[in-house]
Amino acid sequence: MANKLAPSPPTTIHGQSDAIEIPLTKRMEMYRLLSLLRQSEQRAYDLFLQNLIKGTSHLSLGQEAVAAGAAAAMQPGDLSFCTYRGHAHTLARGVPVEKVLGELMGRDNGLMRGKGGSMHLTSIEHGVMGSYAIIGAHLPIACGAAWRAQYKGHKDVSVCFFGDGTTNIGAFHEALNFAAYMKLPVVFVCENNLYMEYTPIADVIPVKHPAADRAAAYGLDRIVVDGNDVDVVYQTMSQAFARARAGKGPSLIECLTYRYSGHSRADPAKYRPAGELDKWKELDPIKAYRKRLGSLGVQNDKLDAIDAEILKLIDDATKACQAAPPTSTDILFTDVYADGGCAWRN
Amino acid sequence: MAELTYREAVARGIAQEMARDENVVFLGEDIAKAGGVFKATVGLLEQFGPKRVVDTAISEQAILGAAMGAAMTGLKPIAEIMFADFIAVCYDYIANEFPKTRYMTNGQVSIPLVVRCGNGGGARFGAQHSQSVENWCMQFPGLKVVAPSSPVDVVGLLAAAVRDPDPVIFLEHKSLYATKGEVPDGEIVDRLGVAKILRPGKDATILALGMMVPRALQAAATLQSEHGIDCEVIDVRSLVPLDTQCILGSVARTGRVFTVEENPRQLGWGAELVSIIADESFYDLDGPPIRITTPNIPLPAADALEDLAIPSVSRVVETIRRSLSA
Repeated sequence: MANKLAPSPPTTIHGQSDAIEIPLTKRMEMYRLLSLLRQSEQRAYDLFLQNLIKGTSHLSLGQEAVAAGAAAAMQPGDLSFCTYRGHAHTLARGVPVEKVLGELMGRDNGLMRGKGGSMHLTSIEHGVMGSYAIIGAHLPIACGAAWRAQYKGHKDVSVCFFGDGTTNIGAFHEALNFAAYMKLPVVFVCENNLYMEYTPIADVIPVKHPAADRAAAYGLDRIVVDGNDVDVVYQTMSQAFARARAGKGPSLIECLTYRYSGHSRADPAKYRPAGELDKWKELDPIKAYRKRLGSLGVQNDKLDAIDAEILKLIDDATKACQAAPPTSTDILFTDVYADGGCAWRN
Repeated sequence: MAELTYREAVARGIAQEMARDENVVFLGEDIAKAGGVFKATVGLLEQFGPKRVVDTAISEQAILGAAMGAAMTGLKPIAEIMFADFIAVCYDYIANEFPKTRYMTNGQVSIPLVVRCGNGGGARFGAQHSQSVENWCMQFPGLKVVAPSSPVDVVGLLAAAVRDPDPVIFLEHKSLYATKGEVPDGEIVDRLGVAKILRPGKDATILALGMMVPRALQAAATLQSEHGIDCEVIDVRSLVPLDTQCILGSVARTGRVFTVEENPRQLGWGAELVSIIADESFYDLDGPPIRITTPNIPLPAADALEDLAIPSVSRVVETIRRSLSA
């Protein structure tokens, strides 16, 4: 196992060797996102422990650089398709923390007023086209959105995030084939956190890289990047988006990362070898990015101030959620059909 | 007015909607260059081009998933799942994705798409290419399910399905593709959720769907001519939404009801209808509601066996005659 733990060095894609220059304003935007995602997920975890969030939840603690780097590279109008581990991707597109926490807490101020819950966060106005809880289902759906863009001549790109465990379900392969032969403007982003749910992905596949090692089967480049390096994620995504917008078709990007918590709320992650978590915490994406920003002349005080500002925002959102009424029961029967109701017979 | 086959009506219905709205696109296996394995989509590629009539790989999940993503973002896709039995390999979309997304997102997402399938038996294709899958689809709140029995209904209900803002499963009967019927010229648009009384009668109500409709009509003619029993035949046409009022109104007039279902008995669509009738029209009934169905077996391939399994005209006649004379 040990040889599988360290992220590979970033590889460049599509023959472009020049890394995209990242202006400091963009870097500060990404730090802000990292801080927001980290602190929001920690808050979600705390609210569980207080039993203010019920049901299940799948946290992205440790994986924030993928969501932050991808979102920072997206244009307004680009579409995100997320999994049940979708809090971070939803927040990264600008959905207010209060809306997300409210949904997790079953409050009337929730993003979907409590009708979807943690695993189905959706905000069409922010380009968050849904969080899908059936493994693999959203890869073909993202293809469909990209097909619409191609058909209508729109310039938006559909971005589909999924875990390493998704790479062995049929829909993954059906979607990659469809996207590749149709040359669709879609970017598939595999967050390889080394574990499917409880079982290491390495235990059940014959290749090292669950996504990248399958890319050749669909005529796509093999791309593996350090998913804990937000700059690398940003650069790789930017290149993939440019390729998609230029009509050159899809990309499949495998981002190596690690989740600090278990698969879901119920999972203490005891299956992990001793020391593995600590080793990955040394590679923490936020710690690493603070160091890089420091080397670029950004003072720690400035970063601490951003963290404090985000914490206040999350505190305010938490208070607003606690003050919000529970979801109104009068919506139990609404929006099953387009007429707004649930009548299936006269 | 022209006489069309049921299969020609499919192509006419799709063409009518594609000509009207450029957001209507069509995808599936063998649908474009080959014109469909049932030859129901001949000519559409030539008329609308490869951007709008798209041959796919054998990838039912990609077909339905792509249709959903396109529908969510502004297109109105028609997706073909060649044999209705193949719904089983892309059932996630039918069961989990299409019907629940509007609700889960608190109304943010609409999925206006149509899934067309060749449904039903009678073609000697055996147990995995002959099933009637209405009840696989009608159990999910959020989905609509339609099954036309005549060429004119194919055109009108297909148009209604394409224009509907909800996901619609459109079950064509593969043994009806060669049947003919009069179809008026010009645009035809029907309504979902409206049953049709095809033959008025006073002694008993027969509820039928798809290929069972012509058999029910034939049975009613025989019951009248040979036994003096006057049956009302209703083509249910749309299981969701269901025209309960038409059905209960008929039961109130006749006092007896028989369903004729091609699906195996267990949990067929007739079970739901009979349950509604029992709940809401019990005191209108002069005898038990009776379901005439395929028995609870996989469909066999051999003609002698398949003919015995699927409700026949003579089985419908015998069942109703015996029941009314008891």
